[in-house]
Amino acid sequence: MAEYLIKNGFVFDPVQGINGDKKDIAIKDGKIVESVGASAKVIDAAGKTVMAGGVDIHAHVAGPKVNVGRNFRPEDKKQAIYEPGRGVRRMSGGFSVPTVFKTGYEYANMGYTTVMEAAMPPFYARHVHEEIRDTPIIDQGAYPVFGNNWFVLEYLKNGEAENTAAYISWLLRMTKGFAIKCVNPGGTEAWGWGLNCTSIHDPVPYFDITPAEIVKGLIEANEYLKLPHSMHVHSNNLGNPGNYETTLETLKLAEGISAKNDFGREQVLHHTHIQFHSYGGTTWGDFESRADKIADYVNSQKNITCDIGFVTLDETTTMTADGPFEHHLCELNHLKWANTDVELETGSGVVPYVYSPDIYVCGLQWAIGLEIALLAKDSMRFHMTTDHPNAGPFTRYPRVMKWLMSAKARDEMFAGMKNEDKVRDRTGLSTMDRELSLYEIAMMTRAGTAKALGLSHMYGSLTPGLCGDVAVYDYNPETASDPEAIEKAFGKAAFLFKQGELIINDGEIVSNGNKRTLWVNVKTNENPQVERDIALKFNKFYTVNQNNYEVAAHHYVPNPYVFEIDATV
Amino acid sequence: MANIVSDVICTFCGTLCDDLEIELSDDGKKIKEVYHACAIGAEKFLHSQAEDRITRPRMMQEDGTTKEVSYEEAAKYTAKILCDAKKPLMYGWSSTSCEAQSVGHEIAEAVGGMVDNTATVCHGSSLIAVQDVGIPSCTLGEAMNRADRVVFWGCNPAHAHPRHMSRYSVYPRGFFTGKGAKSRKVIVIDPRKTDTASLADAHLQLDQGRDYELLSALRVAFRGEKLPDFVAGIPKDQIYEAADLLKSGRFVIIYFGMGVTQSLGKNHNIDIAIAVTRDLNDYTKAAIMPMRGHYNVTGSGEVLGWQFGFPYCVDLSRGIARYNPGETSSNDLLVRDEVDAAFILGSDPGAHFPISSVKKIAQLPSVAIDPHLTPTTAVCKLHVPVAFVGVEVGGCCYRMDNVPIESRKVVDPPEGMLTDQEFLTMVLAEVRKCKGV
Amino acid sequence: MTKISLNLLTGRTIQQGSTMEGGKEKKAYTKAVAIIEMTPEDMKRLKVWKNTNVRVSNEFGSVVVKAVLAEQGLHSGDAYMPMGPWANMVVDPNTYSTGMPTFKGTPIEVEVAINEPIYDSQELVRRACGLKV
Repeated sequence: MAEYLIKNGFVFDPVQGINGDKKDIAIKDGKIVESVGASAKVIDAAGKTVMAGGVDIHAHVAGPKVNVGRNFRPEDKKQAIYEPGRGVRRMSGGFSVPTVFKTGYEYANMGYTTVMEAAMPPFYARHVHEEIRDTPIIDQGAYPVFGNNWFVLEYLKNGEAENTAAYISWLLRMTKGFAIKCVNPGGTEAWGWGLNCTSIHDPVPYFDITPAEIVKGLIEANEYLKLPHSMHVHSNNLGNPGNYETTLETLKLAEGISAKNDFGREQVLHHTHIQFHSYGGTTWGDFESRADKIADYVNSQKNITCDIGFVTLDETTTMTADGPFEHHLCELNHLKWANTDVELETGSGVVPYVYSPDIYVCGLQWAIGLEIALLAKDSMRFHMTTDHPNAGPFTRYPRVMKWLMSAKARDEMFAGMKNEDKVRDRTGLSTMDRELSLYEIAMMTRAGTAKALGLSHMYGSLTPGLCGDVAVYDYNPETASDPEAIEKAFGKAAFLFKQGELIINDGEIVSNGNKRTLWVNVKTNENPQVERDIALKFNKFYTVNQNNYEVAAHHYVPNPYVFEIDATV
Repeated sequence: MANIVSDVICTFCGTLCDDLEIELSDDGKKIKEVYHACAIGAEKFLHSQAEDRITRPRMMQEDGTTKEVSYEEAAKYTAKILCDAKKPLMYGWSSTSCEAQSVGHEIAEAVGGMVDNTATVCHGSSLIAVQDVGIPSCTLGEAMNRADRVVFWGCNPAHAHPRHMSRYSVYPRGFFTGKGAKSRKVIVIDPRKTDTASLADAHLQLDQGRDYELLSALRVAFRGEKLPDFVAGIPKDQIYEAADLLKSGRFVIIYFGMGVTQSLGKNHNIDIAIAVTRDLNDYTKAAIMPMRGHYNVTGSGEVLGWQFGFPYCVDLSRGIARYNPGETSSNDLLVRDEVDAAFILGSDPGAHFPISSVKKIAQLPSVAIDPHLTPTTAVCKLHVPVAFVGVEVGGCCYRMDNVPIESRKVVDPPEGMLTDQEFLTMVLAEVRKCKGV
Repeated sequence: MTKISLNLLTGRTIQQGSTMEGGKEKKAYTKAVAIIEMTPEDMKRLKVWKNTNVRVSNEFGSVVVKAVLAEQGLHSGDAYMPMGPWANMVVDPNTYSTGMPTFKGTPIEVEVAINEPIYDSQELVRRACGLKV
């Protein structure tokens, strides 16, 4: 395999403490190395920024609800230019719900090399993997959802921690999943009857367990299994004024629990798209930001990480396993609503949404995400996401970077709002002049996310020995002055390497790479009771036979990367 | 000791039963018996090894006879007609695996084809309606475990999805429906007193083609507002009764089919049915599900969706994907002479398109890829037989509720016969040669 | 010659489905699918015994099939043909810009055609397309 030497770039690597120094990066045999020989191909990165490939900890890019979004929104293909294929590229289109080809190409264009699919309904896991397989370039993994799963609800209700862990390890294997995801715990099962759980103490109909018990139980199971990533939660009451209290109550469930794993992960709870969960007020009338309370708490708790879910003020498509929320959203904006409840496991909803800068609530949502990120004391624990596509398309990450790095760019956005004064009044962002540095951005987009995922031994840094995933951007941190240059440069990587292979050469995608699917194979003690329970439920309540449930067969996961864990006692 | 393969997926209809058991001969080569399948599925498996099976490609001659050709020659001919055409129609895709569909899409992208699947004569109307109003839905197991009100609107599962009622919709004892059929009330809306209707608790035998009015009347009845004495031939008392029965349930599931998608009103029949479902969610929990026909038409829509962004009627002729049913749909394209070659795989438009479209196919350079002899193979210039997916080769298929299930290989195909995927891979290689890429 | 007007519905029958899987070129398929189901009242109106060949025609085309008594009750005035090449000789091909032909709800006229042959699916379609049979 070719050797490369990326010379003279401004390197930003928080793991190694490199903050913009000029440094050469060497790649050999798919990995970063100390040095290479004279025959190495030289990439001239003079005047350019060099970082490890980006790692996205939460995006909805592959699976049944994503595809519902594509198929039921033909108009989404008109929101961006549909590009014909050329060279190694297939044709690619879509704006808020891009096709799989576009997903791969646009992440690569932003210098990202690893993306985690945020929610996988186990019953549909095969579909998620088909889309992951067809998505070029980026390594991917997927998080199966557990927060409304009948087995989990029953075991946790009975306080059976070992059985919970045994079931989870079985499901991770069946679905080739990577982590424990928990969405609107209990509420989506309640939605099976048209109901919801909006506080962590609302008992789930029939199962009679509370969201608090579900969250706590899943955190404990996660540590029992020593998984690379922590429990990943989308807490109850998303999107409602005053919900910051539900969020704090949920986060507090992690207090006193310490991480157990061999992957360098330190957090026990990751709260996703926390912007949607940081609202004050009681109605849309007195709606206001409570970013301060949320950021304060996360700042003080070293065992919590979060990703923001920045609102980008675009027309986009919301999609989530929080089924009741989507129905509620459709009642608010009267746009088309798709819903799929999944037997024994979860649910989902999809509704288009227009975040207009003229609506003060949307303006405030935009501000709240930025406010949280700018209040962060440790950007390793506050990650860049737009909960794609819920708060905005992932292609807006460079724009979000611009807002984080430039108070001037933020003021321009405020000035473009119809209700500028009202928005400014309700958020602390108004008077914040902090501007994040590229070093902090690198934490939010690669170093911090890789660490939180338990993948810091592979990604997120340019330390020799790690994967040869390197991005070079046409951005000179010493001379750049116009914030627009940030958005431009970080949306079109000049060079990109994935596992040491040249993917983007001089701004042009020249290879589809050799993407891998990451999944976790945990060994637990034999558990005949769980085996019997599984067999019984398949026999009576599932509509697919147990022998047809597993995502087996090579053509779904052609290039697996498996994390083997021994959680036996 | 019988040689039984279990957990076999039946690849006929969108019900995608996965509990078939196939008894093989001791040497594993012959299918002896099929258990648990309905009459149609059983026939599919049992007929697959018929003596008179065509096993090699054949070119149609002027005098109506056929001449056998090799797969290589067939691939070259197929590639040539696709590359020579300015706007080839590539239709079908519903009776094959997702893997084969994916290779077909690569070919279509390379030649600028019009990619359409059987939804165009089946649930295309539903796909359009969903694009207008969305769709509150669920998996079949959700309905099985929770639904106490079951509506069959314009569909006749007793004939078209024969095991649907016993596996999912009416008879099973689900988690919250432990009394089986006694836990459920079934309403059938159909202008005919179908075999399904004869099992129902209520049958609204409306005037054919008047579903839109009746659906609209239901929405009025939900709100307790005034109705005329008769709507669509149904007396208003019956309509109010039906509305109350639905509202009083704790989970309503509406299954619907061609009765509403193929009658005038078409997609509007569906969007109002979806509105009825949405309305019901104000009073109770309700979901609606289309009864998909072919076993993998849903899969074709899914793969087209994630690769190109649209579920059917996909126009790739300009190098980017466009979508406009009515313009880019197969029957309209054929009738208006807007396609100059026909590539048909995994479907039978010769039997299931109006004859005006079939006449056009017969005039074009054409190839039909199908294990069977059909009216399509009877009018195409080249017939390429391939292995049966789900019998002789596995592959991913999507059920009517979009659940993906991997079908199995049970026996080998006849000696020397290729699968769809293998043949398409050969065609793709030839197309690339033609195009010089 | 008596001619009656009817409203044509088309669709699946289990016999159509299973004989189709057995091979559309076979007699069983023709037997199951080359039929038109009518109510007793309409057969009386047409003055035809059940299981007699009839000609179904309209502005879109014409086909000879066997008239049978509907086992799944129709409104009188409606007729039902299983989906397939015989029904598609007369079905309304207009999609009205939706892509979907109007397979259900086509006006037809039916008259007795006792001595006219019913073609198998291959021959029917080849004849209609002007190909050698």
